[in-house]
This record gives sequence, C-alpha cells and structure tokens, in this order.
Amino acid sequence: MKVIPDDIRSILATDCGSTTTKAVLIEKGPDGYRLVTRGEAPTTVEAPFEDVTRGVLNAVREVEELRGRKLLDGDRILSPQMGEEGVDLYLSTSSAGGGLQMMVSGLVKQMTGESAQRAALGAGAIVMDVMALNDGRKPYEKIRRLRQLRPDMILLSGGTDGGDTKRVIEMAELLAAADPKARLGAGYELPVIFAGNHDAQQVIRDTLGSRTALSVVDNLRPKLEQENLSPARDAIHDLFMEHVMAHAPGYKKLMSWSPVPIMPTPGAVGLIIEKVAQRDAMAVVGVDIGGATTDVFSVFAADSKGESATETVFNRTVSANLGMSYSVSNVMAEAGIENILRWVPFGVDEAELRNRIKNKMIRPTTIPQTLEDLVIEQAICREALRLSFEQHKALAVGLKGKQKQRDISEVLDQSSAGGTLVDVMALGLLVGSGGVLSHAPRRAQAMLMMIDAFLPEGVTELAVDSIFMTPQLGVLSTVHAEAATQVFERDCLVLLGACVAPVGAGRVGHACVQVQVAGAAPVSVPFGELRLLVLPANGRVALTITPERGFDVGAGKGKPLMRDVRGGVVGLVVDTRGRQPFVLPQDAAVRIDKLRAWNRALGLYAKEV
Amino acid sequence: MAHSYTPGLRVTGNALLRRERRLPLQGDVLVSLGETVAPDTIVARTELPGNVQTVNLAAKLSSDPAKVATCLTTPIGSPVRKGDIIASVKSMFGLMTTTAEAPCDGVLESISTVTGQLIVREPPIPVEVEAYLQGVVVDVLPEEGVIIEAQGAFLQGIFGLGGETFGRIVVAVHAPDQELMPQDLKVEHRGCVVIGGAYVRYETLQRAREVGVAAIIVGGFDDADLKRLIGRDLGVAITGSEEIGFTLVLTEGFGHIPMAQRTWRLLGANAGRIASVSGATQIRAGVLRPEIVIPGDPGTAPAADASEGDLDVGSWVRVIRQPWFGRIGQVTSMPSALQMLETEAMVRVLTIRFADDAAEATVPRANIERIAD
Repeated sequence: MKVIPDDIRSILATDCGSTTTKAVLIEKGPDGYRLVTRGEAPTTVEAPFEDVTRGVLNAVREVEELRGRKLLDGDRILSPQMGEEGVDLYLSTSSAGGGLQMMVSGLVKQMTGESAQRAALGAGAIVMDVMALNDGRKPYEKIRRLRQLRPDMILLSGGTDGGDTKRVIEMAELLAAADPKARLGAGYELPVIFAGNHDAQQVIRDTLGSRTALSVVDNLRPKLEQENLSPARDAIHDLFMEHVMAHAPGYKKLMSWSPVPIMPTPGAVGLIIEKVAQRDAMAVVGVDIGGATTDVFSVFAADSKGESATETVFNRTVSANLGMSYSVSNVMAEAGIENILRWVPFGVDEAELRNRIKNKMIRPTTIPQTLEDLVIEQAICREALRLSFEQHKALAVGLKGKQKQRDISEVLDQSSAGGTLVDVMALGLLVGSGGVLSHAPRRAQAMLMMIDAFLPEGVTELAVDSIFMTPQLGVLSTVHAEAATQVFERDCLVLLGACVAPVGAGRVGHACVQVQVAGAAPVSVPFGELRLLVLPANGRVALTITPERGFDVGAGKGKPLMRDVRGGVVGLVVDTRGRQPFVLPQDAAVRIDKLRAWNRALGLYAKEV
Repeated sequence: MAHSYTPGLRVTGNALLRRERRLPLQGDVLVSLGETVAPDTIVARTELPGNVQTVNLAAKLSSDPAKVATCLTTPIGSPVRKGDIIASVKSMFGLMTTTAEAPCDGVLESISTVTGQLIVREPPIPVEVEAYLQGVVVDVLPEEGVIIEAQGAFLQGIFGLGGETFGRIVVAVHAPDQELMPQDLKVEHRGCVVIGGAYVRYETLQRAREVGVAAIIVGGFDDADLKRLIGRDLGVAITGSEEIGFTLVLTEGFGHIPMAQRTWRLLGANAGRIASVSGATQIRAGVLRPEIVIPGDPGTAPAADASEGDLDVGSWVRVIRQPWFGRIGQVTSMPSALQMLETEAMVRVLTIRFADDAAEATVPRANIERIAD
C-alpha cells in the first residue's frame, strides 16, 4: 500500500523493545501533527506468549483508554480512520528478542572487516564477531566460533573487485564447513550476504548457495580507497524482514498490519539523527542508553578529511553490554570501580557498592529511592556513556555508504589511528535518550551527565528525547517526513541549552574565559569551575566568548568567537574544568569538595549530597 | 487504583512442573511415555558432528589447487587417524616425495579445487541429556527429547552459578539469619544440597568444593567473593556453565540477607529428600532464574501459587533496594497518586509496615517484590 502523506490524519506507531513495547498516537490538528498520547506494555516475544502482537495490542489498548478513542477491532488495528475510530497509518520498529544479531567477515580486519562492521552497524545490527584472515585465530577456532554463535545473519565481504579471489573463497569454505545455524528456529536457512570481490561471486554461489539463504550484492569495498556500504545495508534490511522477522514469533502478523516495513530500532533512530544533522547543517551525536545496550550515532562533516564541506559521515555503534540495568555490572567491570567512584561526592564502601550494583543487575527494574542512590546511578551512567563514546570514536572512522574517494594514505591512517572523524570541537548538538537521561528528576542532571561523559569542546547545544520516541519517528520519517519533523521538534526533543568549554589547561582560579549572552553583562569564569548562565527557554541568542591566551573555544587559541545558540530549559553551562586534558583532583577530599561545588553551581540536586 | 501486579520469585510447597529435555539436534530418545525417571536417567542421546580442521594441501604439497585432489592417497569420505599420510606428490623427476598428514582422527570431508584446502571432520561428539527431575515422562518429542513432569516443592532463587545437579537436602545452620561457616560443612555432606542461612563467604565455598557438596543454597554472598570464585568480574548475568565444583543458589541477593522465612521453612521441611538444583540464571528477555525442585508425593493437588499476582493492602512484600533493602513487611496503603521521592522523581508508591519493628515506610512500587504470606 502506498502512503499518501496528505491523506494521513492519524498515525499509530509502536516500538517493540526487548522488554517493553511502546505505542504513540499522533494526530493532525490545526497546528500540524502532534503527539497526543502514549502507552506501553511488556513485550511478548518470549514464552509463554511467543507472539509480539500481544504486547503491541496491550500497548495500543492503553493508548485507546487514555485517548478515549477506538483503535482496535478485537485483535486488529482499525485502519484507515473512519470518523473518530481507527488510524490512517500504523508502523513499527523492533529490537525485541535481542534485535538483529550479525556476524561479519572480511579479509583484513582493519579494512574489509571494518567496512563490513560499519555496514552491519549502520543497518541497526549488533555485531557479535568480526572474522578476518588476520584476526589471529586458527581456521578450526573460527569454525568453532561460527558454530557456537547463532547469528541472525552473516555478512561476508573481502577483496577488492578484480583482486585475488582465493582468500575470499577460503572464508566461504570455512563458513560452509561450519554449517552455522540461524538463531530463531532450526527450520530455515541462515541468511548470508556476500558483498566482496565480484570475481568471486560465482564460486561463492557454488560454495554457499545450497547451504544458506545467499544474497549476492555489490562489493562494499570495490577499491581499497572506496567504500560502498549501501547495497549491503539494503540487503541486510531486506533479509531482516524476509527471514529474521518472518521467523520471530508473531512478526508475520505484525508485518501484515503495516504498509511500511518494520525497521530495526537503532536503524530508525539513526535516520532521525541524520535528518537533524542535515536540516541544521551541524555535527550531531545521539546516544541512547538502555538497560542492556547503549547506541551512539554521529554525523560529522567530512571537510577535515579534505572532502567537500557539505559531505557528511554517518556512523552508528552499539555497545552491546553497556547499560543501566541488565548490563550495569558490566559497566563496573569495564570502567573499573574507581572510575565510577570519581563522580561520587561522598565516601562509599567499595564492597557495599559492588553488592548494590549486582543487586541492580539481578533486579533490573528497581529505581533509586534515596538521593545518594541516584547520585551513584548517575555516576555509573557517566561511565557507561564515556565507554560507549570511546568505542564509537574507535569505529567512527568510515565513509558514508555512497561512493567516495580517498587516497591510500588516508585509508592507512584511518586503520591505524581510528577516531579521526569524531571532532568534538565541531560537535554542534548532543542528543541523549534512555531512561536515566530522559527521566532524570532535574534536566540539569541529564545535561551534566552528558557533559562529563562526552566532554564537548567549544560551543555545543544539548538536548534530550523526552519520552524516547525517536525510533517511531525514524520509521515515520521514511513515509511522512513532515509529520516526523513536526512531532520531533514539538513533542520529542527537549532542548537543555548549551555548553561552552574552552580547550586547554590552566591553574585553578586563574582567568580562563569571558562569556557574554546578548543583552546581559559579560561574565568572567576562572579555570576549574562550572557556571550556569541564563538562556531564554525558546528562540536563539547570540554569545560572545573571549577565551584567555592558551584556551580555544573553536576560533583558535585566545581568539574570540561569536555564536548563536538555541535557548533551553537548563541554560548555558560554562565549563572551565579543562579539556585535553580533563582531570579530576586525585585527592579524595579535594575531589569531593569540587564535585559538591559544581553540583551547587548547576543546582543539580535538592540538597547537598 | 487498589491493585498492582508485581512479579516475585516462586516459592511453593506443591507445584506441578514440566521440564523439556531436548537434544541440541536430532538423535535417539531412550525412555518411553509414562516411564518413571530419576534425575540421572539418560533420556536422550545423540552425536554432534565433530569439529573441523583444515589442511592447506596446495601449500603443503606446493601444488596447484586445481590438481591437489589428485594427490590424495586416501579418498574423500575415508576415516583417517592423526598422522596418517593423506596426500603425497612426487617432484624432482620422481626423486622427492612430499607428503601431508592428517591433523587429527576423523574423516576426510571435502577438498577445494579453488583454494586447495582440505577439510577433515573430527569424530562425532556424544551428547547425552539427563532427566534432571525425578518424575514421569509425559510426552516424547520424537528424535528430540522428552517432557518430564514432577510434582513437589518448587523454589526460585534470584541468582545462581553452576549447572544442573541433584542431591539430598541437608540443613547446615540453625536459623535463616545465620552465616554458613566452613566448619558447618562435614565430610558426610558430599553430594548433598546444603542449606545455609543468610550468608556465605569465599572460605566456606572453598570448603564446599573440598567436601564435594552438590549445591549450596543461601540468602546472599558478596560480589567481591563472586569475583574470587569465578576469577573475573561478572559483567552480564548469564550463568550456568561455570565450573566451580558445585552449584550455588542465592535466594535473596548480594550481601548478608536472611533467607526468607517461607523459603527457610520449606527447605527445612524437605530435609532428607532429593532435590534437583540448577544455578542457571539469565536476566534479560525470557528471564531464567535458578531453581530448586523437590519432587514430593504424587497425587497431592498443587497448591495455589502465592508468590506472585495481585498486590494489595495486606500483601507481604520484600524491599529490594536501598534504603530498606531486604526488609520484609506488609502493605498498609497503595495511594494512586504519584508521589515525590527524595530524589524528586514522581513515582507510584506504597506504604509498608515492617515485620520486625512495626515501623512504617513509603517505598516506590518498583522497589518491592511480593512474597508469600
């Protein structure tokens, strides 16, 4: 069914998460499209229900009750809208059952292996393993791994077009020998995409065609200096629908309800982040911190690589085991307990903290009741975000899917150095979502958590997703960009304000930067402080920022910068705690004093902790 | 709204349980419908295809991959022993012979004329599935496994380590708030399911390993000891395959937490019986909790499950987060309006009167779990 945007009066969109299915109802009013209500219910992919539509119907039923409007006819969504009943459009995203889990392989881990990984991540997958000829594993170890993991799909790449085919075929032979099984049910063939050397296509068909559901697409690395991810990403989306979703419990029925293909949740969020970056012509980082995983999305201009300033590079990474409930213990394991404690402005017994974190892991739905507990949870969040961003920087080194050129020296540079595309100074907007950020009791808490974790430099705007509806808006944007944009702006995105952070090091208390918000007196902020200045809640305002010698806010060391920023509900945070390096005091008493002073400066908590 | 639904761990004296015992791939079912089985009865058996090893014959024999198949001295499909000559080629006018040996026992599976790679499949790996529960076979899944039904006491823990085991129940402490000490574990506890009280520490667990107990059931232990026990920080709660020498089930959580009275009484009442225990825990979609199953007298009607369902004024609950973590009390009111916590979050709450000191407290509904009366 073709969607005609002008005919759409109401939209029902669901996101089937691994634990909760969220439904939003959007209606067209005199001032355009607005979110009118939302509902949620536990996801029902697993036993005893094993039918995702049960959870969808329950969530929609809640929307129905809250809105006082009939949307269901028994176990069916009423569509199109007739009078006040039903909706004109229903669509859905899904990460239920662990989302799309893929294994990718390339010849050289840092080259085709990395490209394959970017293609899979960009399509919204969790990459379980990257296999390559030079990954240090012996063939039998690779085969064992292939048999152990039960991915939803495998992306096989390798070789440039016209190059040697033997090594690519060798990987396919290993795959055939392993005869891996698909995750959902043994009754269907494992989808495999080949996006490698086109000269090897026929042999790959001969080797894998009879054993797997093989799709052959254009090479994702046709030349060493050229990356072409779109065909592989499109094939992933198609196979996700045709094979994975079709075999997940209840999805066949769910797919029949919507004229729009079901999208993997992170793929839909990525679409919105890309669109925001395009519309505002700025570099954007989005982060979604969940209970089990944390996704980071970024769009940066590629001009620093000598390419056109209008070209942008989109990247998405998922930190599969960094999150605030199921994975909270892994944050502690990866960050180290001392890194969590450095954000806590009071003494905590380490053994007690370890037990608290484990108790959160085994009872993941609990919430902090005391202020101290909230502070500890927010400290963990800072570390989860920091680690996720580090992982993102390490992989956000690729080119966008469409064909682009770069020379061999750049290719080698990217592979060895990594992180070259994430330029924190160029970052224009940082968007956070996920319970710990969206539901922080004070918005300033969300703002400081993001500032501490991402350490933005120069001038950066910050926002949070009020109720985490970006996935639904992402899939909506594919068929109705206007409605998606309107709801995103008015009901989804909460602008917090901006952060001014001079890059450089200094001595605490010495002059660092002067900031003037248009219409107000200039304010000098010495080194080592956080200061909150008032911004209008709406509209734009001009800033004049004059850093001291040795400090850079984006125009060069000691050079003043004029910049317009959007207002926000928190205001303008002037952060002179230093960048490159950002260092917290080593001495515990000094550190605690500092943390308390910074918390006071931002009015972070109702009382001192 | 007077009601609320909150999940809790099941602790019941008489439940009807079914457990599917399925092979990872097709094989032979060894028991029949209606047959009574013991926990260690092997109910199904199969053979997993062996692992695969590769030999780069083209490189080894310095031969063209397209011709390497002609160098095989043993045809594809033949069984071989490790070290057997499987291919050879003559060079230097027949004066030199280069050979390749089998890297393992197995069968020559295939050879590629493109890469010259030979695949050798190792012998199949036998896999057996035990009944795990003492019970009756109520369904046979042809070539796959069986469903065992058992009736008896069923207790879910909150977190566990180690796989499936079984043994006689022995209560080794006097009270549910007591720590299980090393000296509480005696030689005669070998192969037993030992019930501790509120807490166990690493030294006692080491003793458990020395004695050879089958399982330890206890209220809580410390995360620091968990790290020592498994040699790493446990990141994600997916357990069940640890090889620590016994199975550990925590009934309450991490820290020193007295075992809930009902759990304690139920385990005590079943002392001397055989219990099946699994430590496998997986806390994500499709939550899997550790369990203790104690098959009882058949024929008794299963009791209503009191541990989960509607929550109402008068229900018994346990607080599962600070500041009253582990304390037990009775719900005294369930206001419908959102209330502000100390954190300033607006949430749904309830009030509790604690069992031990009759003090009242307001607690977020998310932070309690229903327990049996």
